[in-house]
Amino acid sequence: MKILVCISHVPDTTSKINFTEDNTLFDTNGVQFIINPNDEFGLTRAMWFKEKQGAHVTVVNVGQVDTEPTLRKALAIGADEAIRVNFKPADGFSVAKQLANVVKTGGYDLVIAGRESIDYNGGMVPGMIAGLTNINFVNTCIGIEVEGNHATVIREIDGGKETVRTSLPLVIGVQKGIVEESDLRIPNMRGIMMARKKPLTVLEPVESNSETTSVIFEKPAPKGAIKMVDTDNLDELVNLLHNEAKVI
Amino acid sequence: METTDKDIIRGGQFLVKETSCEDIFTPEDFSEEQLMMKEAVTEFVDRELWPNKPRFEAKDYAFTEECMKKAAEMGFLSVSVPEAYGGMGMGFVDSMLVCDFISGATGSFSTAFGAHTGIGTLPITLYGTEEQKQKYVPKLASGEWFGSYCLTEPSAGSDANSGKTKAVLSEDGKNYLINGQKMWISNAGFCSLMIVFARIEGDKYITGFIVEYDPENPNGITMGEEEHKLGIRASSTRQVFFNDTVVPVENMLSTRGNGFKIAMNALNVGRIKLAAACLDAQRRTITESVKYANERVQFKTPISSFGAIRQKIAEMATNSWVGESACYRAAKNIEDRIELRKNNGKDTEQEAELKGVEEYAIECSILKVAVSEFIQKCTDEGIQIFGGMGFSEDTPLESAWRDARISRIYEGTNEINRMLCIGMLIKKAMKGHVDVLTPAMAVKEELMSIPSFDTPDYSELFSEEKGIINNLKKLFLMVAGATLQKYGEAIEQQQQLMLAASDILIQIYLAESAILRAEKLAKKQGEDQVKEQIAMAKLNLFHAIDVIETAGKHSIISFSSGDEQRMMLMGLKRYIKYVNMPNIIELRNTIADKVIKENKYCF
Ligand SMILES: Cc1cc2nc3c(=O)[nH]c(=O)nc-3n(C[C@H](O)[C@H](O)[C@H](O)COP(=O)(O)OP(=O)(O)OC[C@H]3O[C@@H](n4cnc5c(N)ncnc54)[C@H](O)[C@@H]3O)c2cc1C
Repeated sequence: MKILVCISHVPDTTSKINFTEDNTLFDTNGVQFIINPNDEFGLTRAMWFKEKQGAHVTVVNVGQVDTEPTLRKALAIGADEAIRVNFKPADGFSVAKQLANVVKTGGYDLVIAGRESIDYNGGMVPGMIAGLTNINFVNTCIGIEVEGNHATVIREIDGGKETVRTSLPLVIGVQKGIVEESDLRIPNMRGIMMARKKPLTVLEPVESNSETTSVIFEKPAPKGAIKMVDTDNLDELVNLLHNEAKVI
Repeated sequence: METTDKDIIRGGQFLVKETSCEDIFTPEDFSEEQLMMKEAVTEFVDRELWPNKPRFEAKDYAFTEECMKKAAEMGFLSVSVPEAYGGMGMGFVDSMLVCDFISGATGSFSTAFGAHTGIGTLPITLYGTEEQKQKYVPKLASGEWFGSYCLTEPSAGSDANSGKTKAVLSEDGKNYLINGQKMWISNAGFCSLMIVFARIEGDKYITGFIVEYDPENPNGITMGEEEHKLGIRASSTRQVFFNDTVVPVENMLSTRGNGFKIAMNALNVGRIKLAAACLDAQRRTITESVKYANERVQFKTPISSFGAIRQKIAEMATNSWVGESACYRAAKNIEDRIELRKNNGKDTEQEAELKGVEEYAIECSILKVAVSEFIQKCTDEGIQIFGGMGFSEDTPLESAWRDARISRIYEGTNEINRMLCIGMLIKKAMKGHVDVLTPAMAVKEELMSIPSFDTPDYSELFSEEKGIINNLKKLFLMVAGATLQKYGEAIEQQQQLMLAASDILIQIYLAESAILRAEKLAKKQGEDQVKEQIAMAKLNLFHAIDVIETAGKHSIISFSSGDEQRMMLMGLKRYIKYVNMPNIIELRNTIADKVIKENKYCF
C-alpha cells in the first residue's frame, strides 16, 4: 500500500499572531512552525499502516525551502520519503491543485490530509484533491482500516459516528480520533539521524492561479477584564449582560 | 578549510588568549538536527516526567527505572555511544544537549540518567578492551542493562584514591575476589553492571573492574537500604557490599593501578555534563516563576511589576543564559578537539575521545562549580517569588530547590573542583601547554609603568567590556603569579588563596563566554534584536567584576605586604576599571521586561 500524507507547515499553537503589510500578511517573525496537528494525527495513523501492513509512506508539502525542516521532522517520525512542491501557497485551491498533481502521478492507494490546517482553517484541501483527481473522499475521519482494496472508515457526524465502506484509492480528511494525542510520536534519536539520509524530492509546481486574495486580517477585540458583580445586585448583572456583553 | 591544532583553543588557554566571537559555538548555532533533538527531548520530558513529579517525590524508584527504559527506547541513552557498539555515535555537543534538556523536570531522573550514561558507561567506552566494549556497551546503550559507578566508600569521599576495597587474585589466576564496601551509589537499586574501584595488594593507585550484578545470583554482592535524602528522592542511592565477589581477570578495566585515572577522566565528562544538567532546570524554574509572578496579584498589582521581583527575574535569567553560553562554548571545543585527534591518524577513536575531554578538564571543573551554584540561586529565588506557595510541596519549586543541592556535592565537591581548576592550570603552565609565564611577566612590567590616561574609543559594542575581560585576565595573572612565586608548589596548602584564584578564573570564563555570545548574536541579528542578551552579558560582567575585586583583594592583603601589596592593590584598581559603567537597573529592566512579556524563559 502506498500512502501519501499531506503535511502543512503551520505556526505553533502558542504563537503570537500579528500581521504586516497593512494587515494583509501574516507576520512570521519569531514564529515557530510545526506539523499541522491534524496532519500529524494522519501521519501517526500512516505509521501504524507502515508497521502493521508494510505500507510505504510519503509525506508531501506545498511550500518553499523554509518548510523543509517540517518535512524532515515527518521523516524523523518515520515516513519513508518526502516531496516538496516548490510553490508559495496562496489559497486552498492553489495548494490542492499542486497536491492533486502529486497524487495523480504518484499512484497512491491512500491520501491522508488533515481535515483543516490550524493557520487559515480553510478546510478545503482534502475535498478539492479528491475533486481534482476524481478519487473517493471521506472527510472528518476518526478511524480507518484497510483490507485488500477496501477501506472501512469511521467518520464523525453531528452527534454521532458513521461507518462507511469504500474502495481504494481514497482521499481522507482526518482529525483527532484517527489516533489520540497520546499516540503521537516523538521522533527518536535514530529517526532524527536517519531523516537527512531519506529522499526529499523537490518538484516544480504545475501552473496554478490563486482564486482569492486576502484583503484584510482582523484580530478579535481583546478580552475585557473580568467584572465581579455582587450577588445582591442582579439588576446590574442583567444590565451588563444586556448592554455591554450584548448576550441577552 | 581543514581545522588544525592551532585553530582550536587549548584547555585553559582562554586565560591568555583572546577569542573572537566567531570562534565560539552558541546554542543559536544548533543545527536543524540539534533543534529537532532538543524538541524531541523536551517533548519527552513534558509528556513522561514533568506531569509525574509527585511520583518522583514519593520515592517511586521503580518509576525512575521505567522512565529510564522509555528514555532508552527513544535512543537518549546511546547518543554518545559509538555506532560500533549500538549507539548513535553523535558528537559531544549533541550529548550535552540531550543531557541539558532531559534534566529539567526532576533531579531524580537527571541523576539516574547522568550516572548511567556518564560514569556508568563511559569508563568502558573510554578504557574498555574491544571484547569488553562488544560485550557490555550495547546492553548499556539499549537500556537492557543499567550501569552504576562504585568509587566512594565510607572513609573515601573526596579522597577517592584512599578506598579500602580490595581485589585479590585467585590462586588459579583466573579471577579477582573483591571485598569491601561502597557508599552513595547512584542507580544501585536497578543496575546490572557496576564499575568498581578496588586496590590490588599495596598498590599506590586503585584499579577499575567491570562487575556484573544479577540479584538472582548475587555473587557476594548485597545492597544497603535506599538512603533517605534531602533531594533527588527517586534516584536510587544505596550502599553496596562486596563479599568475595568473583570477577574474571578479563574484566579489569585498563591496566592495574590505572583506576584513579579512569575515575578522574570519567568525572571530567561527568562534570561538564552535570553543568548541562543544571541548565534546563533553571529555564523551567524561571518559566514557572515568571508565570506565577504574572498571575499573583498583591496590592492590586501583579507582583511581576514590582522592582524587587523584576530584579530577581532578570538575575535568574542572566545566570541561566551565561551558564548556557559557557557550557556550549566548552562542549564545542571538546567536540572539535576529539574530531581533530580522530583525524590526525595517531589516535584511536577511544584515545581521541579521552584526550579531547581531558584537554578541557579545567573548563569542566569551572562549569561544574559555576552552574551548580547558579541553579541553587535560581531555585532559591524562585521560591522567594512564589512566597509561601514556594514552600509548599504543591508547587514545583520546593522539590527543584532540594534537588539542586546535590549538584554542589557530587562529581567532586565544589571545593575540590575549585582547587582542581587552579591546580590543573598550574600543571599545564609548568608543562608549557599554556604559556602563563610570558603574559605574567608582561603584566608585571605593565604594573611598573604609568597607566595611560587616554580614554580609548569605546563606541563599538563591547569594546570596553572586552578590554575589561583582558584586564581581568591580567589581574588573575598578577594575583596567581605572585602567590605561586611566594609559595611554589606548597601553594596547594594555601587553600583559601586557591579558592580565591578559582573564583577569579571562573568569573572570567563565564563573563567572556557571555560577551562573545552576545557579540556574535548582535553581529548576526543586529543590536536591536538582541538587546536583552547584550544586557545580560553586561550585567553579568558587572557582577563578575565585584566578585573578582573581592577575591583579588582578599588574596592580596593576605599574602603580600609593603610595596608589593600597594602595587598590587593599585593594579587591582587599574584592572577592574569600568569607565562607562552601565545603568544596572536599566539592564535588569530590559531583561525582565522581555521575560515577563513572553511569560517564560525566552532566550
Ligand atoms: C546522592 C548522592 C549520590 C552519589 N552518587 C555517587 C555514585 O554514584 N558513585 C560514587 O562513587 N559516589 C557517589 N556519591 C559520592 C559523592 O561523590 C561524594 O559524596 C563526594 O565526592 C564527597 O565525598 P564525601 O561525601 O565523603 O565528603 P567529604 O570528602 O568527607 O567532604 C566533606 C567536606 O570536606 C571538604 N573537603 C574534603 N576534602 C577536602 C580537601 N582536600 N580540601 C578541602 N576541602 C575538602 C568537601 O568539599 C566537603 O565540603 C554520591 C553522593 C550523593 C550524596
